[in-house]
Amino acid sequence: MPVSNGHRVAIVGSGPSGLAAAGDLAKMGYKVTVYEALHLAGGVLVYGIPEFRLPKIIVQNEIDNLKAIGVDIETNMVIGKVLTVDELFEMGNEAVYIGSGAGLPRFMNIPGESLKGVYSANEYLTRINLMKAYKKDSKTPIMHSKNVAVVGGGNVAMDSARCAKRMGAENVYIIYRRSRNEMPARKEEVEHAIEEGIIFRTLTNPVEILGDEKGMVNGVKCVEMELGEPDASGRCRPVEKPDSELVIDVDTVIMAIGTSPNPLIRTTTPGLETNQRGCIVTDGDSGMTSREGVYAGGDAVTGAATVILAMGAGKAAAKAIDEYIKNKN
Amino acid sequence: MYRILRKESLNPTVSLMDIQAPLIAKKAEPGQFIILRAKEDSERIPLTIADFDREKGTVTIIYQIVGGSTMELDTLNEGECLHDFVGPLGKPSETDGLKKVAVIGGGVGCAIAYPIAKKLSSLGCEVHSIAGFRNKELVILEDEFKKVSSKLCIMTDDGSYGTKGLVTNALEELIKEGNQYDEVIAIGPLVMMKFVCLLTKKYGIKTIVSMNPIMIDGTGMCGGCRLTVGGQTKFACVDGPDFDGHLVDFDEAMHRGTIYRDFESHMRDKNCNLMKQGDK
Repeated sequence: MPVSNGHRVAIVGSGPSGLAAAGDLAKMGYKVTVYEALHLAGGVLVYGIPEFRLPKIIVQNEIDNLKAIGVDIETNMVIGKVLTVDELFEMGNEAVYIGSGAGLPRFMNIPGESLKGVYSANEYLTRINLMKAYKKDSKTPIMHSKNVAVVGGGNVAMDSARCAKRMGAENVYIIYRRSRNEMPARKEEVEHAIEEGIIFRTLTNPVEILGDEKGMVNGVKCVEMELGEPDASGRCRPVEKPDSELVIDVDTVIMAIGTSPNPLIRTTTPGLETNQRGCIVTDGDSGMTSREGVYAGGDAVTGAATVILAMGAGKAAAKAIDEYIKNKN
Repeated sequence: MYRILRKESLNPTVSLMDIQAPLIAKKAEPGQFIILRAKEDSERIPLTIADFDREKGTVTIIYQIVGGSTMELDTLNEGECLHDFVGPLGKPSETDGLKKVAVIGGGVGCAIAYPIAKKLSSLGCEVHSIAGFRNKELVILEDEFKKVSSKLCIMTDDGSYGTKGLVTNALEELIKEGNQYDEVIAIGPLVMMKFVCLLTKKYGIKTIVSMNPIMIDGTGMCGGCRLTVGGQTKFACVDGPDFDGHLVDFDEAMHRGTIYRDFESHMRDKNCNLMKQGDK
């Protein structure tokens, strides 16, 4: 157990960013309390990343290690609801680190997205991972699909597709509007998906999800795309090919097209600056926000990115928080 | 620990629990909900807060035993603890500036309608309450509603108690008697809320409904609770659960609510069998 320096820091979110910050701060002697909204600590490491990529036992060991060096983890605590950031300061914390993650899943706003059998990747992965629907005797329901379309080309799309395959689906499609070169997923993830027999339908964009008379998904209507001029992101803009409509027969559609920031902290923390998209604005690598003593990092700042970047942000913020508290006292 | 300080059966399928949860009790407002897990491997289930006592630090939940998860919850007794209890989630019901409101509860929905009626009454608003049930045996919270309403109509489907008929019959009658409501608040089965909204649309009365879709995290992460409201996708957990009833796509919500019906009936049967074995 590190020697206490007598200062307290609160961390919002027990995902990769929060845990990285917690570990570094605890080793420096801070009394750290991590607040987690779900019933289990780990954030995306336990609800999002599948068991075959990151066994839950590894996450649990890391969390146990943090507890062993004095980090308190309080689950079932939704900051912005049961306690506000201001109240965390009133409770004696000298700094607060916000690592609350990516937020609300995006949908395409095309017809049929409310049919039975359309999931956000977050819901699909949470049911399987956190709620253990991959186990036969789980009390959490999940669709046992035969043909699955995953819309999107990021790491979360690859995880969803590979989970669907393991849940017994015969055909799993990745539907992506650009080509493989533009996919935001890490190369290895794409390669693993191909090795496992995931079918890539690139340059294809859904325009409608089709359903039967019971409201169950039975297909996804798409159009073919071709690449045009580069857009603001530097990637070639996909343009619809005329008269290219096609239907892929599926019983499940998983939307993995990103997230928009969660409003719970933003709307309950006066003076916390966010950008147009709703992400928390920070000053460079330090994670310092517009509110004194409040630091932020990970997906809450960058929008959906990677575990690695989130951990890096947590570590950088831990250093900045240490400097801030030392200078203040 | 989220200890059960009181458990009471309100009717054969509906029970009440006071849960020790001081932090949540401190912040809770009518219209908000909690998510609980009865045991370590239970499902997360959302329940709207039925009442709270800030001094005692308790939150009251009222639940109907409908499936595997609520059956499991009902196996717990006074003195035992829930494994998880998180909240208060969702936005509180808006009560500002309301002078005269009709509050409608259907079945166990009365458990959610009551705290709103209570708050409105405490703010000096005139409350007319309409509570609908299938039959006399299922009537709950009658005394509670009486205390906070200047008028209370109990309706039963079979006429075994109160007046025979639907809540919409009572509401239409009150409107025709000349009662002018600033707002109607309707909480109950989707089909009831749908028909209340059709009626109030006809009379041009703003109507708020409380939606209770399938939900996992309750904080805006999973998107399972999405609804179409005014043509836009909304999440009941962070945008609601209260919505303008005239904008809600009820038919879609009813469809989505049935997605796991087969699975649920399977789990219910399984739990019943387990309990029967336990009795032997």
